[in-house]
Amino acid sequence: MNMLPRNWFGWLAGSLLLGAMVGCRPAAEGVCVEGSDTMVNLAQGWAENYHATHPEAMIQVSGGGTGVGIASLVDGNCEIASASRKMKEKENERVREKRHMEPIEHVVGYDALAVYVHKDNPLESISIEELAEIYGQGGRITCWSQLGVEPKLLRNDTIIRISRQNSSGTYVYFREAVMGKTRDYKLGSIDQNGSVDVVALVANTPSAIGYSGMGYSLPGVKMLKISKHKGVPGIAPTVENAKKKKNEGGYPITRPLLLYTVGQPKEKAKQFLDWILDKPGQKVVVELGYVPVAPYE
Amino acid sequence: MNDRPTTNRRATKRGRSRLHAILQVVLDRTEPAVEWLIQLCGWSAILLVFGIFFFVFREALPMLSGKLNLTEFFTSLEWRPTAEPVPHYGILALLVGTISVTGLAMLMAVPLGLGAAVYISEFSSGRMREILKVLIELLAAIPSVVWGFIGYMVLGPIIIRLTGAPVGVNLLNGSIILALMSVPIIVSVGEDALKAVPDSYREAALSLGASRWEIVYRVLFPAAKNGLLAAVLLGVGRAIGETMAVLMATGHAIQIPHSLVDPIRTLTATIAAELGEAVQGEPHYRVLFVIGLVVFVLTFIVNLTADLVVKGIRNERAV
Repeated sequence: MNMLPRNWFGWLAGSLLLGAMVGCRPAAEGVCVEGSDTMVNLAQGWAENYHATHPEAMIQVSGGGTGVGIASLVDGNCEIASASRKMKEKENERVREKRHMEPIEHVVGYDALAVYVHKDNPLESISIEELAEIYGQGGRITCWSQLGVEPKLLRNDTIIRISRQNSSGTYVYFREAVMGKTRDYKLGSIDQNGSVDVVALVANTPSAIGYSGMGYSLPGVKMLKISKHKGVPGIAPTVENAKKKKNEGGYPITRPLLLYTVGQPKEKAKQFLDWILDKPGQKVVVELGYVPVAPYE
Repeated sequence: MNDRPTTNRRATKRGRSRLHAILQVVLDRTEPAVEWLIQLCGWSAILLVFGIFFFVFREALPMLSGKLNLTEFFTSLEWRPTAEPVPHYGILALLVGTISVTGLAMLMAVPLGLGAAVYISEFSSGRMREILKVLIELLAAIPSVVWGFIGYMVLGPIIIRLTGAPVGVNLLNGSIILALMSVPIIVSVGEDALKAVPDSYREAALSLGASRWEIVYRVLFPAAKNGLLAAVLLGVGRAIGETMAVLMATGHAIQIPHSLVDPIRTLTATIAAELGEAVQGEPHYRVLFVIGLVVFVLTFIVNLTADLVVKGIRNERAV
């Protein structure tokens, strides 16, 4: 009886050690992509498809957040940082200080942020102005009846605002796109920690509203059409609409998905980036519900 | 193991083999080394605690030395660490969130936990007792992220249906989950405390004609009160420090709760949610470490109180 747990522990320690050794090897030979949680699925998709056609290449993908990825980029632990926001000036400085090179930004796709409501919600379209009044500090819209929705349908009149944690790239982008640079969020929103969580909670909560990437839709929720002003017809969050320019009838809440390298990428990283911007890489972008920057067919 | 030296000595006396003598010398020589190793194990706990405190403190220090307005920090409701151009670091809402969810959880967990401890130690018999103990230990083994998931996916919709609350992840949800998580600790420590009351107390009470309930209420509770208090405080410590489950189950909203079904946010959940994407070395990052210090101090106070109370028991017993 006494030997069993000890053996078991030995096996566990051994396999962990082995796992660590195997896990470490590709990092030395391959390319590592770290950063944005929004882009983890995308980066994983690229890595798998790239590996299928380039079996010798090992791409390592990890999340943790845009800030984490950029910190790794600065320290040289990772060659490519994925980011759902632009690098801040302070982060740029750290790259220059530590690596003596400029960080370089690569736009690899676009993400349309959809506004989600519960499927029972009769609302079809909402304007940016109304969103700002719902989410923004001092905003006057707190009830569904103010938007002309019968509260009985949602069991509750109070609008439950679902947002993201304040360090997420999505949070920062939504604030700028909806409220403008100077206005902040109203406190008291439910801050979720991932893109999926926002949509999942909306699906569970009839009187909720939330924003997340349009690729994260689930059964039980509905994406609203967005218009710039009240009374103007709304634009649906589709790949077609997101590709158009914003002043030519394009979807208004669209942000770039970025990869950062220190200096121009070299050898393996360059090959990988070129592949991402080529048809097969862009096809992955479309398949995961994002908007491509280059032709994919 | 203990009698090996004596048998060895006997063996050498008889002169059977010198091997035993050599073995004896080796054992004698290695003894200090083993002692030293064990001592090191003991010290490592102290070193680790101080090490952790030191690193948290070092990360927080640049903010503590004047940059952070401590009055705002403790009295403002505005937690806007990424606001432009002026961030606000007020943790009042988070502090109230932590205290309210812990308090409510304890209101549920203490009666439940102590009740279970009394049942297991005094009322249940052999088989039932063993089954209950194993099951309660199993309850303690469920990872906190699973608890959070239960709160998010199972308890949330139930709360919406039963209370008509607009959203299912809230103060009530979080405290139910926390209560379930701290019950096993309260039960196992509480049961030990009740077990430690000598049987002669129970026998004396029985001979005076006390009913079983009277024995529990009049004899066991007063006799084991320090142990029971320690059980409760350890449960509180568990609840304050819990992160993943409350992050998922409380709704994570910065506000002072006005009702049981308002979403709230706790100190620990804030650190977990924001540290990953905070820029290293920037004020936001460092303020999260200051919050870490606040949590550290809170749990330290609770654990220290529990420790002193337990020490109180030992001294009483010595008398």
